[in-house]
Amino acid sequence: MTQKKKLVMVGNGMAGVRTIEHLLKLAPGAYEITVFGAEPHPNYNRILLSSVLAGGADLKDIVLNDWDWYEENGIRLFAGHAVEKIDTKNRVVISHKGTAVKYDALILATGSNPFMLPLPGADKEGVIAFRDIQDCETMMETSRSYRKAVVIGGGLLGLEAARGLLHLGMDVNVVHIHPYLMERQLDETASRMLQRELEAQGMKFLLQKHSESIYGRKRVKGLRFTDGTDVEADLIVMAVGIRPNVALAQASGIETNRGIVVNDYMETNIDSVYAVGECAEHRGIAYGLVAPLYEQGAVLAKRLAGVETAGYAGSVTSTKLKVSGVDVFSAGAYEGPPGTRSLRYQDEVEGVYKKIVIRGDRLAGAVLFGDTGDGAKLFSLIKSGESIQGREKELLLGFSPSGGAVSPESRLEAMAGDEIVCGCNGVSKDAILDAIHNKGCGTVGAIKACTKASGSCGGCKPQVEGLLKLYGGENAGAPVKEGICGCTSLDRDEIVAEIKRMELRSVREVMHVLGWSQPEGCSKCRPALNYYLGMLWPEEYQDEKESRFTNERYHANIQKDGTYSVVPRIYGGVTNPAELKKIAETAEKFGVPLVKITGGQRIDLLGVKKEDLPKMWEELGMPSGYAYGKALRTVKTCVGNTFCRFGTQDSIAMGIRLEKEFERLNTPAKVKLAVSGCPRNCAEATIKDFGVVAIDGGWELHVGGNGGVHVRATDLLCVVKTEDEVVEWAGAFLQYYRENAQWNERTSVWIERVGLDSVRKALEKPEERKALYGRIRVALSRSADPWEQIIRNPELRKNFETLNAAVPAQG
Amino acid sequence: MGKRKVATTAEIDALGARTVKLGDKEIALFRLTDGEVLALENRCPHKGGKLSEGMVCGGTVHCPLHDWRIDLRTGSALEPDEGCTGVYGVEVDPASGAVYLLEE
Repeated sequence: MTQKKKLVMVGNGMAGVRTIEHLLKLAPGAYEITVFGAEPHPNYNRILLSSVLAGGADLKDIVLNDWDWYEENGIRLFAGHAVEKIDTKNRVVISHKGTAVKYDALILATGSNPFMLPLPGADKEGVIAFRDIQDCETMMETSRSYRKAVVIGGGLLGLEAARGLLHLGMDVNVVHIHPYLMERQLDETASRMLQRELEAQGMKFLLQKHSESIYGRKRVKGLRFTDGTDVEADLIVMAVGIRPNVALAQASGIETNRGIVVNDYMETNIDSVYAVGECAEHRGIAYGLVAPLYEQGAVLAKRLAGVETAGYAGSVTSTKLKVSGVDVFSAGAYEGPPGTRSLRYQDEVEGVYKKIVIRGDRLAGAVLFGDTGDGAKLFSLIKSGESIQGREKELLLGFSPSGGAVSPESRLEAMAGDEIVCGCNGVSKDAILDAIHNKGCGTVGAIKACTKASGSCGGCKPQVEGLLKLYGGENAGAPVKEGICGCTSLDRDEIVAEIKRMELRSVREVMHVLGWSQPEGCSKCRPALNYYLGMLWPEEYQDEKESRFTNERYHANIQKDGTYSVVPRIYGGVTNPAELKKIAETAEKFGVPLVKITGGQRIDLLGVKKEDLPKMWEELGMPSGYAYGKALRTVKTCVGNTFCRFGTQDSIAMGIRLEKEFERLNTPAKVKLAVSGCPRNCAEATIKDFGVVAIDGGWELHVGGNGGVHVRATDLLCVVKTEDEVVEWAGAFLQYYRENAQWNERTSVWIERVGLDSVRKALEKPEERKALYGRIRVALSRSADPWEQIIRNPELRKNFETLNAAVPAQG
Repeated sequence: MGKRKVATTAEIDALGARTVKLGDKEIALFRLTDGEVLALENRCPHKGGKLSEGMVCGGTVHCPLHDWRIDLRTGSALEPDEGCTGVYGVEVDPASGAVYLLEE
């Protein structure tokens, strides 16, 4: 076997790791790879640091390649190691901790450093940059004990830092040397609009201010300007720009200028030493945006893999970003320099501004504010350099002045195939369509996994969604009849009718008789069949636990780390000191890591090991709350007339009665109930599957509500007078739903499908209502508390325990 | 090559699974409809989901976290997903029903 070549990379950031990802795809196993990163983290998405500050993401959410990725790809990672020395003669790099690694090829991906203004006092405590996770942590820490923040720099980075600090509750002043903000991306009009928007959010600006010195004792107290004025500050964030990090290269005799000088193949002047990313200077330009850096990475990966490639020829850059919730786009000669003419559209009502800059008959630049939907199209026209004569107004307005407005759909439809949708990852419309049509991607997540589109800043997600909506439909192929899953072409109603007609009695029998293509079905049809059989033959069908999902098999909710949660039933959300003590003691005894009050007025014990579940249930001595199942979950109640001065009826008692009546009920999908004691509706009954709202002298019954992904308010079914009627109507409604809905179909979706009228009609006659209620009682009469069953039955209980391996024998 | 007894067939429900720890690895033992017992490392190649908690359909198991399908014989994810988890040899003594895990 030939010896693998040794590849070492200095730097563990976005551009460098992207290069490695490419290389692994092109030439898996060709290199033994070692990566040094100065930060003690795996590769994370630096662009999203501002989201972390703004509260939209957690630090762990922005990790691009987790520790496992390095391990799985056999990459040795020295995180927290700064490389101090490169011996280009003996081909060795040495870290500050003394680790020495030999290389056959070396990639420098050292990124850039924030530029710190050399102001007197800049070394005081509380003066930081905005560049890495540590800076973010400092900001969050500071916001806890201090109030006044000053950001120096009114560019993109500065505004993002300011927005984050504002979110952290600090009082924020942004100091900028220029007369207006983001002058590198915006013209004055757009910039003023942005400023107004940010001021409305609470940001303050000190424009045309030159910083002179930072004062204070040990910790910063304020910032003084050259005009003699000053501003108080407990924290100063410098965000005035970045400098390619060239110190290591310089010290190692590698040619540097502003950045590390590279040719079109990302090669430095030293043999086998490459540079990529923000640290590299190509044809005089060191880029700071992610798209060009990824382009460089692609070229370098091909070079290292020995794949033929054209050299990197530089990038025309565009900026598309969200500044504090405002969409902004700019590209090319956005300012409208001499020799160009511009068209502008400004709408201060909607907060939209558009400008296109034309040189001769070609598009030379553009600025978009508020509505950036045309950005990708304009950018591709700037790059292609084609004539836009006669189309200028259409390009500006997004529609031809003579015709109607252009919808986002037709905009996507008209988009050229090679037009870039995801700027961060260079993904074209064609690449996304390929994923939809040929790789079976049916969700934005799948497209992201397949193409990386929308995987970095996420700004293009609406377009990706739009394309999926537009082109994904064809994927299914309209005329082909769809069954409940890939195993059959029969739909729900046909299956239920056949089960009844032929009196089929087990999942296996149904699949066999009805000609399933997969003899043992799949995770879609098996639970559905199990439900239909139980619904049709409530008295004789033996539930098949192997056809139930994990949660319903273990009667607990599986969490992402394989632990479970325990939610005991608390009828109507009413508990007492003894019950609470029991729960507290159990939680303590089993070291439950998280105790949470749920939205359904119960207590959730999270992070429980599977083997502890039966022991905890035993200890609790409470029935299962079915928080994991397609079943009746909670009956939420408000205090009602027991204590509340507005209450008109006893909503607590009504709720408890309903919960005791219908607990353990299996349903097509989860079912939530609520009872409010007056029309103020504090129990939020009008977003529940069955909601009861007390009025003076009666009860309103509401159905088909949902507070989840697709929020839907209930429809009023009817108004009744007595509590007995409430129970009967509830039972009849739930049974009608059980008998007619598709498995996994919530009442909200079902009612939209069949129409409220058909439900009303089915329930309006007293004798039919009574029959339905009778059938639900039969189903309920066969149910028993599952926790109790498992505790008592060793055959069931064994599945919660780990097997013991014997000592090995020789075979 | 050694082997160690880890279970009896009666301890594993049909279309069910049990787990056993071997060193730092957790192994899931699955029992198919026909009684065959197969063993995989108890880790979905996607996000590490515990395959033992998944639904067994024929010769595959659906991961409980994101419904990836893993072939119980090869450990490979079925299309369109890609990935592979460790496979272990299993021997069942038909007389006693003892289940042995083979070790390399």
